[in-house]
Amino acid sequence: MARSLPKKDVVIIGLGWTGSILAHELTNAGLDVVALERGPWRDAPTDFPPSTMQDELRYRVRHELFLRPDQTTFTFRNKLSQTALPIRSWGAFMPPNGVGGGGVHWNAETWRFLPSDFVLKTHLTQRYGAAFLPKDMTIQDWGVTYDDLEPHYDRFEYLCGTSGTAGNLQGKLQEGGNPFEGARSRPYPTPAQSQPYSHTLFAKAARELGYKPFPQPSGNLSKSYTNPLGVRLGPCTYCGFCEWFGCANYSKASPQTTLLPVLIRKSNFALRDNSEVVRINTDASGKRAKSVTFVDTSGTEWEQPADLVILAAFSVFNVQMLLHSKIGQPYDPVGNTGVVGRNFTHQTISTANGFFDHNKFNFNPFIASGSIGMCIDEFNGDNFDHGPHGFVGGGYVGQVQTGARPIESTLTPPGTPKWGAAWKRAVRDNYLSTVKPGTGVHGSFYAYRDVYLDLDPTYQDRFGRPLMRMTIDLHDNEVKQNRFLTDKFAEVIKAMGAEQVVKQYRTAPYDVTQYQTTHLNGGAIMGTDPKTSVLNRYLQSWDVSNLFVLGASAFPQNAGYNPTGTVAALAFWAAEAIRTRYLKSPGPLVDA
Amino acid sequence: MDKESDSDPTVGAVLGRRELLSGTATLLLGVPAAHAGTIFGELPWWPNAGDPPTAVGPGPWLFFNSAEGAAIEALADRIIPPDPQTPGGKDAGCAIFLDRQLAGPYGRQEGLYVRGPFQTGEKSQGPQSEAGPAQKYREALAALDRACQSRQGGKSFAELSTDAQDAVLAGLESGEFKLDGVDGQAFFDQAIKDLQMGFFADPIYGGNRDMVAWKMIGYPGARYNYLDWVKRHNERFPLPPVSITGRAEWTPKS
Repeated sequence: MARSLPKKDVVIIGLGWTGSILAHELTNAGLDVVALERGPWRDAPTDFPPSTMQDELRYRVRHELFLRPDQTTFTFRNKLSQTALPIRSWGAFMPPNGVGGGGVHWNAETWRFLPSDFVLKTHLTQRYGAAFLPKDMTIQDWGVTYDDLEPHYDRFEYLCGTSGTAGNLQGKLQEGGNPFEGARSRPYPTPAQSQPYSHTLFAKAARELGYKPFPQPSGNLSKSYTNPLGVRLGPCTYCGFCEWFGCANYSKASPQTTLLPVLIRKSNFALRDNSEVVRINTDASGKRAKSVTFVDTSGTEWEQPADLVILAAFSVFNVQMLLHSKIGQPYDPVGNTGVVGRNFTHQTISTANGFFDHNKFNFNPFIASGSIGMCIDEFNGDNFDHGPHGFVGGGYVGQVQTGARPIESTLTPPGTPKWGAAWKRAVRDNYLSTVKPGTGVHGSFYAYRDVYLDLDPTYQDRFGRPLMRMTIDLHDNEVKQNRFLTDKFAEVIKAMGAEQVVKQYRTAPYDVTQYQTTHLNGGAIMGTDPKTSVLNRYLQSWDVSNLFVLGASAFPQNAGYNPTGTVAALAFWAAEAIRTRYLKSPGPLVDA
Repeated sequence: MDKESDSDPTVGAVLGRRELLSGTATLLLGVPAAHAGTIFGELPWWPNAGDPPTAVGPGPWLFFNSAEGAAIEALADRIIPPDPQTPGGKDAGCAIFLDRQLAGPYGRQEGLYVRGPFQTGEKSQGPQSEAGPAQKYREALAALDRACQSRQGGKSFAELSTDAQDAVLAGLESGEFKLDGVDGQAFFDQAIKDLQMGFFADPIYGGNRDMVAWKMIGYPGARYNYLDWVKRHNERFPLPPVSITGRAEWTPKS
């Protein structure tokens, strides 16, 4: 029997980016807020100080800052006909855990989606006709537009101090920025980061091939910055230990470096860490959330009542929480009924590595930041005519190499033995002169009828609840898209002067052991119709009006960019709707 | 500071900046005890939290027996052979690295999902074995010595000439040299990965002794500031590597 705690105005499940943003906004509105975080408190002095965080084995290889699969994991299969098996050790993605969530160990690539991404179905159908789209593709419009979100993208960038070069200021194209981006109301708060050698070579080669390269928008700051809350960040020192790691230098935008120092000091906010919410409890009508149940480290169950529930866990865990709480109708791909778990997507990633003459090129590849890079956007979204190519979607490509930590970055040219004297020599000769862009090709991943989330019939978590089951495969559209983008990318690497270019296409089947970003999206998507979405355009549950579900779980499909900028913009957008509309008259903000 | 403390029955005495929701601690992977607690008022902090991980010391094997240790040292030197400039895997400490890793959380699959049922699936579904790395190494090294002894005139792997060792390893790699009851190809693949990892990891874990691997490739190690270097293109970075624990020259000889 759970022990009951005093009622709060708001309970927030998960204190990553979206939970922190909502906590800040709703405490500003005068509400009494408690956040429940499954993982521990984390910060630079306690968890990743500058004296010890440069540890590739501990953080990258052994996953120190991530969720442990024995806490919870997923089962996985490619097709409905297969038996899903548990993901026993992380591979394709790295679920976050702890205060700050993925905001602690992200790269801090801070992109906006294209205006056309938000009206994808309408846009593609108008330009190419409905018959151009694969039959089983289930893409949708979002229910919000780029113009709706622009002020909220802006708020997030100014919270973070994002470093970049604007490409489109109030409709006027700007030299050196991304000419394809939506109009922004003002420049980035700080100028773009300095670029290391190989990144500038990529830009030069791209320019010579007729493209318009620009610096990747970066949450690793080019200079010190004081944000609107008065929290200060320092300049990035290009240490090369960013993604997978926490920043010890207060240079990477995270909840810890932008929001938490203010939030924690508010008298109407408290955080409970190491406290895992296991379900949201609804009243007898099923239409109103009354409390959440959580379990602490001793196994004791607690019930936290609240008027408003903000589900702000990592995307797939939001979906899992809805399924375990029996909120919304679970999706069934066979009957094509239900919504929770529908339109689950990831990111279509690949790269091309370049081996250069080590007598001519020394890249010092260890000098980098998590969101360093020079990119081109000619092949993203619908920035080019897809008619001749027979696929839809795209992505940015760029030299976005984030360092050269030696366990993972000692590549050898094709044909080199994997061990022995020849291997050792090749490692020695190539380390400083190899371009290894990591996620150099960053493609969209559109939604399909048979890519979805539901509960597994066999495997259970440590509480005896079913694990969530992922059914996911790469469809022909994404495989074609990736081949096209990877070829375009490799041409630029070749033009940089590489002696050998090794393309690594993304191919089916989707392989859960190969890292493909942690950009898991969908499953609790937003939209305009409760028959095809879990949330309305304000991220409010269609079924339970005092429940808002934040995060990339709301994306109807994924675009060719990193998701965090859009995740955060949606959080500010939802917070504004709660503050200005919901609190005045609690109830559905959109009539079903 | 804490508006909750009067009304919340679960909060007892104020414990500094952090209150325990419940007194029972659990130990997670050697990380300091993770208590559920309430944080409010001030950012949590505690002294010495930033101390480096405990350095691996020399001394006897913690996981391997002497025959296994000899085989792993021989393997380390064939995978990463010594040359005039750079020591081999054995002298670089890669066998010590692997021994300490197998004796620790990695060997035991700590933190991984190890509930059944265990079924074989598609390659895309990832490893589904119940046995962890420690058990797999134990079985594979025994099988390797058995195979060598029966096929190579009674000699264990470590007792073979380096040429004969290379021939055995090439056979494991191609799948032609089979081990009894063990997937020799998968074992050798894992040994390459683990021993090369020890070569390139921070010396604090026992391999990469004196940062020999980092010196070999030109990696400056656990440095933290390249602000002066980001725009100096195509120049060799001049400073020697540092480890998490610094450099030998920085520590007075006792």
